[in-house]
Amino acid sequence: MNTTAQLLHSKKKTILESWMSNQLSDQGLRDDLISNEELHKQSDELLNGLARAMATGNTDNIYAAEYEPITEILSDISITRARQGFSPRETGMYVLSLKKAIADALEQELAGQHEQLYKEVMMVNRLLDSLSVVTFETFIKGREEVILRQSDEISEISTPVIKVWEGILALPIIGTLDSARTQVVMESLLQEIVNTGSNIAILDISGVPAVDSLVAQHLIKTVSATRLMGAECIISGIRAEIAQTIVHLGIDLSNIKTKASLASALQLAFSMNRIEVKSHSKSTTFGFKR
Amino acid sequence: MQIVREQDVVLFRNRVREYSTKIGMSLVNQTKLITAASELVRNMLKYANGGQVVIEIISKSAQNGVRLTFTDQGPGIADIQQAMQDGFSTGKSLGLGLPGAKRLVNEFDIQSKPGEGTRVTVIHWKHGR
Ligand SMILES: Nc1ncnc2c1ncn2[C@@H]1O[C@H](COP(=O)(O)OP(=O)(O)O)[C@@H](O)[C@H]1O
Ligand SMILES: [Mg+2]
Repeated sequence: MNTTAQLLHSKKKTILESWMSNQLSDQGLRDDLISNEELHKQSDELLNGLARAMATGNTDNIYAAEYEPITEILSDISITRARQGFSPRETGMYVLSLKKAIADALEQELAGQHEQLYKEVMMVNRLLDSLSVVTFETFIKGREEVILRQSDEISEISTPVIKVWEGILALPIIGTLDSARTQVVMESLLQEIVNTGSNIAILDISGVPAVDSLVAQHLIKTVSATRLMGAECIISGIRAEIAQTIVHLGIDLSNIKTKASLASALQLAFSMNRIEVKSHSKSTTFGFKR
Repeated sequence: MQIVREQDVVLFRNRVREYSTKIGMSLVNQTKLITAASELVRNMLKYANGGQVVIEIISKSAQNGVRLTFTDQGPGIADIQQAMQDGFSTGKSLGLGLPGAKRLVNEFDIQSKPGEGTRVTVIHWKHGR
């Protein structure tokens, strides 16, 4: 059995204490986010697992069954920390600060036996490095889950349909227009057309990051549905780079009224409904007549 | 990067954006590459239930570019020529994904074996040519 495995068993208390104090003395650790008691318990479990795994003689393959309990604890800690808003440094330091605690214990135990000490320290280094990679991988996964959840939440915020003028609705679309979202957008638009008796709807896509053929198909579908309700649809906010991309993709928007900006779409809507907007010579009040 | 669900599309597109920004690609070229990427990754999800994507920065005669490789273990495509035609779709969609992606990027390669899967590789250079 290697010295480290033995030490993890016989000197567990000392190692745990110096590891804990290493962690707590690290400037970066936020003691507001995790209780000392919890940290103590997790660390204790991890040392137990590590002692057992290293006693099997396997000191480098962390994907073997004996390391499963350890990677499980580490993943658990990393995911929790990612969700709680810890920094990668704070999360990574958890495993890395164990290195020093074990090395100190080894140094005491193997005083004078330089070659043996060197071998053991190198082994511990390699092992803990691999384990810290696991920490980072799960940490990033945890963060990505947070991002996914947030993007789900954002897309759930229903798209507002705004009545901008008598007979004219505007619908600013922000974010990705996937199938589920299109359904929501279409339903609320059609409902609002009925409620307000509007005959023109402006779909503004300035906030849509990419228009691929699926998004285009959704837009075309929305326009057709609007027409079936007896209203006309104008798509605005097609940025120059998106216009070019649409052309290369081969999407035909020629039967759809499109405008570069919401303002020009509104102007078109006014003229379609024979609304005249003009500013009085000095004051900036607007008047309209039908 | 593994692609398994619809949300991965957004993550992946953001990553393509990061890489193309890193090499200083213009907005138009970025948008072209991202849109092509979006088409190919959606195909992978829709027809092959997901797959793997690799993003790399490559260089040729002092110009940098981004290479994307899409690999799936789906049903494959029996007739690639047909699939590359504008408007051909087995999925009730516009049928512009493959041919459109090819027009959007500088280099496009597709390999497929029925029953084994599909691999599409695209390259877009910093200056778009
Ligand atoms: N990764 C893939 N695996 C299997 N079949 C595919 C794959 N990608 C595309 N196809 C086939 O090629 C056809 C054309 O694809 P595409 O041009 O993107 O149009 P669309 O997705 O609108 O059908 C699809 O309908 C499908 O039959
Ligand atoms: Mg497609």
